[in-house]
Amino acid sequence: MLRDIYNSLMEFVRAFGAFQLFFLRLLVNSPSIFFKRFSLVVKQVYNTGTLSLVIIMVCGFFVGAVLGLQGYANLARFNAEDSVGTFAAFALVKELGPVITALLFAGRAGTALASEIGLMKATNQLSAMEMMGVDPLRRILVPRFLGGIIAMPFLAAIFSAIGLFGAHLVGVGLLGIDVGAFWQLMQQSLEIGDIQEGIVKSFVFGVIASSLAVWEGYSAIPTAEGVGRATTRSVVITAIVVLIFDFMITAVAL
Amino acid sequence: MLLCFAAMVSESENLIEITDLCFSRGARQVFNGLNINIKRGLITAIMGPSGTGKTTLLRLITRQLIPDSGTIIVDGVDISTLNRADLYKLRRRFGMLFQNGALLTDISVFENVAFPLREHTNLSNRLIRHVVLTKLHAVGLRGAADMMPSQLSGGMARRVALARAIVMDPEFLIYDEPFVGLDPISMGVIVRLVRKMNDALDISSILVSHDVDEIATVADCSYLISDGKVAASGSPEELQKASSALVQQFMHGMADGPVAFHFEAPDYTEQLLGMDAD
Repeated sequence: MLRDIYNSLMEFVRAFGAFQLFFLRLLVNSPSIFFKRFSLVVKQVYNTGTLSLVIIMVCGFFVGAVLGLQGYANLARFNAEDSVGTFAAFALVKELGPVITALLFAGRAGTALASEIGLMKATNQLSAMEMMGVDPLRRILVPRFLGGIIAMPFLAAIFSAIGLFGAHLVGVGLLGIDVGAFWQLMQQSLEIGDIQEGIVKSFVFGVIASSLAVWEGYSAIPTAEGVGRATTRSVVITAIVVLIFDFMITAVAL
Repeated sequence: MLLCFAAMVSESENLIEITDLCFSRGARQVFNGLNINIKRGLITAIMGPSGTGKTTLLRLITRQLIPDSGTIIVDGVDISTLNRADLYKLRRRFGMLFQNGALLTDISVFENVAFPLREHTNLSNRLIRHVVLTKLHAVGLRGAADMMPSQLSGGMARRVALARAIVMDPEFLIYDEPFVGLDPISMGVIVRLVRKMNDALDISSILVSHDVDEIATVADCSYLISDGKVAASGSPEELQKASSALVQQFMHGMADGPVAFHFEAPDYTEQLLGMDAD
């Protein structure tokens, strides 16, 4: 049993080291791809960002609507129901927007990236590129990595905006909170630093989700089972790492 | 046979020299002191039973894998000494046809063939179109230029992959199991194309396969690999006449022989009647 634990630990250390080297290669190659092959990046912003819009907007709306309901029900105990807008804005901009967007991104775009790259590996498409003298890391992985990083902050911002709309619809439209109080209290309380925190988080989560998705696809065992496991792993690991980093960034920002 | 012999006379004629190659995957020794010379201008076939590491050998030659020991010299250069940039430069001189074609599935046939040109050259779209259509015409698929890879049959996909492999005018072509899973017509087409490409483009070809009949019609020189080493070499006719039991089993497709029909297993009776039956 001790040997099993030791082997698992060594395997983890090996995989972590390999990921770090891979991440460094992604970073080193990113500037040249961003400036010289921007069209490849734009295509991936569309694939990972635009195609994720529906799920982000629908989820954002309902999360905001729930915040409106919960906020009203709980703040009413302290006669502070007018602060529902402030409550929803803080929750969405600083926490739920970046975090839920990252989790949804991992589920929609991350799985698509991991399985696409894994299947390209399984069908020798990546080997074929190498044989044509084209580095798959530069041609396939870096544009997807950059596409995810660019898309994530926008998706998180859209999630928060739609969420606020949902909270407004429930709070003002359904529960009768004064529309002026809803928006004015929010404007008075929310500071630029809060929005910056949300942007920083969504950017960091974009780096995490994109890099883990392309890594899992690239390092997948090139079989149907291997690609399936890599796809699942990309979601699970991204969720864990995002929540750990969320705690760390929040702790630093406070 | 004469071609093979003539090429063996001069060492400088070797395009690829593999010396004392050892490679293992986990506990399994795939190659154990393999020595092969690939001659310029010829079609060299690498044959062997399934699982002997033929495709692994191609991956070693192209340095997609790194050997445990031994040297692989390609056109006078030890490929283990190359950095990534030089390796990719060398690979541009290769053309490789994968077993399943390995076409990029999200772009059309035309774009697949144009892919290396777009990546490595600054040719105008007009010129790229001209070159791509010429290559597709050579494999008889000019009319399929706008199709997607998913719309192609296995044989067509392999022909498109061949057009892509020759679009940069490589110095040598590598074929990984080009005949597997093809109907007789497609197989005949591929056999003719292998010969035609080698002679018309004046290049060298390495062909990995276990289709003995097809190899006999197209290869100038053959190596039979077994147990991690070269078991026999020579022209396909020479291999047909070789006295070795292994070569005879392979060339004539006999079920049992040095390569046993049964995979290593415990005693049959013991296993059926023994305790582990519970």
